[in-house]
Amino acid sequence: MAAGAGPLEQFKIKNLGDLQIGSYDISFTNSSLMMVVTVVLIAAFMIFGIRRQLMVPGRFQSLVELSFKFIEGLIDDTIGKEGRRYLPAIFTVFMFILVGNLLGMLPYQFTFTSHIIVTFVMAAVVFVLVTILAIVKHGMHFFSFFVPPGAPLYMWPLLIPIEIISYLSRPISLSVRLFANMLAGHTLIKVIAGFIPTLGIFGVAPFALVIGLTGLEILIAFLQAYVFAILTCLYINDALNLH
Amino acid sequence: MSDETNDSLKEFDKKLKAAGVGQEEALDEKERGGAGPAFRMATDLVAALVVGVGIGLLLDYWLGTKPWFLIGFFVLGAAAGMLNVYKVASGFGYAAGYKRQNGVAVEPDDELEK
Repeated sequence: MAAGAGPLEQFKIKNLGDLQIGSYDISFTNSSLMMVVTVVLIAAFMIFGIRRQLMVPGRFQSLVELSFKFIEGLIDDTIGKEGRRYLPAIFTVFMFILVGNLLGMLPYQFTFTSHIIVTFVMAAVVFVLVTILAIVKHGMHFFSFFVPPGAPLYMWPLLIPIEIISYLSRPISLSVRLFANMLAGHTLIKVIAGFIPTLGIFGVAPFALVIGLTGLEILIAFLQAYVFAILTCLYINDALNLH
Repeated sequence: MSDETNDSLKEFDKKLKAAGVGQEEALDEKERGGAGPAFRMATDLVAALVVGVGIGLLLDYWLGTKPWFLIGFFVLGAAAGMLNVYKVASGFGYAAGYKRQNGVAVEPDDELEK
């Protein structure tokens, strides 16, 4: 490892190709590259997996069906049957985050989910679409969402702003959760790995720790994709069935 | 489909369940205990505060009433953060409303449904 490559070096955005539309800089970066790779990988996996739709699935078809069934079960549990029509959206979000996280676990790869702007945009899209869904479905009744049941009228001016702030904090906590987990995990591994050469023979201890942490990080990669997906489900459920 | 095949399917389902197939909820359980919910609550607490402070700063910037909206919305944001934590901790899930995740409403709901 080159000297001066600090633990935060891995999160650096590198410009791969300049591109500009109007006054906006939309250059192709290593982050964009990883997103494209992720999308291509998912598409290839899905298409390859279901190229022959066998009654008794082969290995890849089995994997595709497993991941699909997993999200289907998640939706059935949290939203119910009417949530099935949102399956493509939730499945896409889940796979995109999962594969992005896992690709970031490969050595020398960039983790795009460790940038708050990426996770925030995803959370904001979910948030805005869910809010529109709720307003379309319930009209003005949607705003009763912000009134705590059973609260006396004179408390409303205080409680409604609190409920609205609580509602607006959803995309922030959703994005921060994913971003902070990825950022902290990758930084931690790098910092501890940095102890290995400096400790000489005792470097075995941090080396063992890094192996353990890598396993933990793979678990977190799954867990965070799952959490993002389940929260999306819960938000859609809220939008469909207001209290 | 005849009843017979239905029965044998049910039998098969029982066997599958006994063998532990389809126990994906295990992951969920893992999240529920340990550091998972604690981290969730921490982010929820801070996120609401961030939103409150953000709204306060913006309103002050627009209306030129530094620092009054900031102070007011800081307090409201802190309250909303506490509310978020309370909701997660008491099993309301992440709903902005007061409905439990498993569909059982809490008592104050009855008053609303007149």
